[in-house]
Amino acid sequence: MLDTLILVFSQGFMQRAVLGGIVISLCASLLGVSLVLKRYSMIGDGLSHVGFGAVVVATALGFAPLAVAIPVVVIAAFLLLRLGESSEIKGDAAVALVSTGSLAVGVTASSLSGGMNQDFNSYMFGTILGLSESDVVLSIAVSIPVLILFILFYNKIFAVTFDENFSKATGVKVELYNALVAVLTAIIIVLGMRLMGALLISSLVIFPSLTSMRVCRTFKGVVICSALVSVMCFLVGICLSVLYDLPTGASIVLANIVVFFIFWICGKIKNR
Amino acid sequence: MALIEAKNVCLGYDGKDVVTGLDFEVQKGDYLCVVGENGSGKSTLIKALLGLKKCSSGHLHFLDGLKQDQIGYLPQQTVSQKDFPASVFEVVLTGTLGKKKLFGFYTKDDKRAALDNMAILGITELKNECYRTLSGGQQQRVLLARALCATRELLLLDEPSTGLDPVATEEMYELLYHLNRNHGITIIMVSHDIRASLRYSTHMLHLRGSQLFFGKTKDYLSSEAGRIFAGGESNA
Repeated sequence: MLDTLILVFSQGFMQRAVLGGIVISLCASLLGVSLVLKRYSMIGDGLSHVGFGAVVVATALGFAPLAVAIPVVVIAAFLLLRLGESSEIKGDAAVALVSTGSLAVGVTASSLSGGMNQDFNSYMFGTILGLSESDVVLSIAVSIPVLILFILFYNKIFAVTFDENFSKATGVKVELYNALVAVLTAIIIVLGMRLMGALLISSLVIFPSLTSMRVCRTFKGVVICSALVSVMCFLVGICLSVLYDLPTGASIVLANIVVFFIFWICGKIKNR
Repeated sequence: MALIEAKNVCLGYDGKDVVTGLDFEVQKGDYLCVVGENGSGKSTLIKALLGLKKCSSGHLHFLDGLKQDQIGYLPQQTVSQKDFPASVFEVVLTGTLGKKKLFGFYTKDDKRAALDNMAILGITELKNECYRTLSGGQQQRVLLARALCATRELLLLDEPSTGLDPVATEEMYELLYHLNRNHGITIIMVSHDIRASLRYSTHMLHLRGSQLFFGKTKDYLSSEAGRIFAGGESNA
């Protein structure tokens, strides 16, 4: 078993996938803490569908997928957050609209450009071969700013997450931090989509923080624990996928589900 | 010494007035209660005081060194806060963030201020407790400590008794009275609770689309607005 793993992980494409996956899952989990606590979990899911639509359309038209998808998803992130604030269309309905709409556009574009092929499948459910060398470079280039921003603005992100009204009143630029989180989330989701698939990427945002919240009692605890859980589940998932020839994205989500239940039981025992 | 002065202030949304003709003053050490029915303009006034809403006409002045972002605000609790995983100390510390420029790292002074304010509110021993496991009354004390970190002068409270049981409500009011009397903190409280407002406040501001009454609490009861709103209380 170990031999298989060593053999597989000595391949260039696997090292790329692992490196890219680690930074993406790390960033997704950090951003996820804020999104989940603000009741914005579904926005990650909506954005991944927008990303899917954008990538498929871009491919069909012969553009570079990421160059199109990143700006489109960033714009969608702003729209969803703004729609969430206005009362005309409520947040969850807005997410559902945008998400199914983009999916329909993507499916149509894919069908027009030559039907449901291998590529299409890999966008939906991810593939370990999904990350090219330039994707990995981009992932790392984006992840480093995400980490630095998160550390620098940690206290303010916490304050805004906990209580927007109070933060506004004390002169914290709430919109700025919300916009920052929206942009970073959008970028991370597009990058993670290749590996995890459009349908599964939002789990990287949601699971680790929910898992940590079962046992952690401080915000700092939740943040650190989420980061560790996320990276660990990614590594376990990718090993499972290699050893038993399972789909990568799904294996990572399954690892997250198992850890979630373990933490949930620990939390129940601890609080008794 | 006046801290806040409102002169013929009108507030509204999209050209529609919500409340007009506000004329009042808040002196240092006052305990002002703002009362009125739902939709009478109380929340709009709060937003204006916090600088989140501009006056459509008139002037709202902050005097004597009070800056608008140094108001200690106690908002109503949101649903997502109820199960928020954060320690009491983490929450209280965020009160010091308003003064910070960009990044907001905490200094020793910030931590000392947070601990001092927790001591004032009697929650020092809850420092490492998780916010979501506290009772409603304890949570309000934590948020009050946070508000004190943001100010040295003035607390602005939005319906602080919402969701509290009668005992916790009473404790809350006693605590505010203590802060007002013994720590010289000026208090502006928006409240539905007319009985408590009359008992603790020094001044009353009654709104209903316009300003029905502003003045000393003892004069309020003999005013027309006071007689209608306070009803049975004046006979009691």
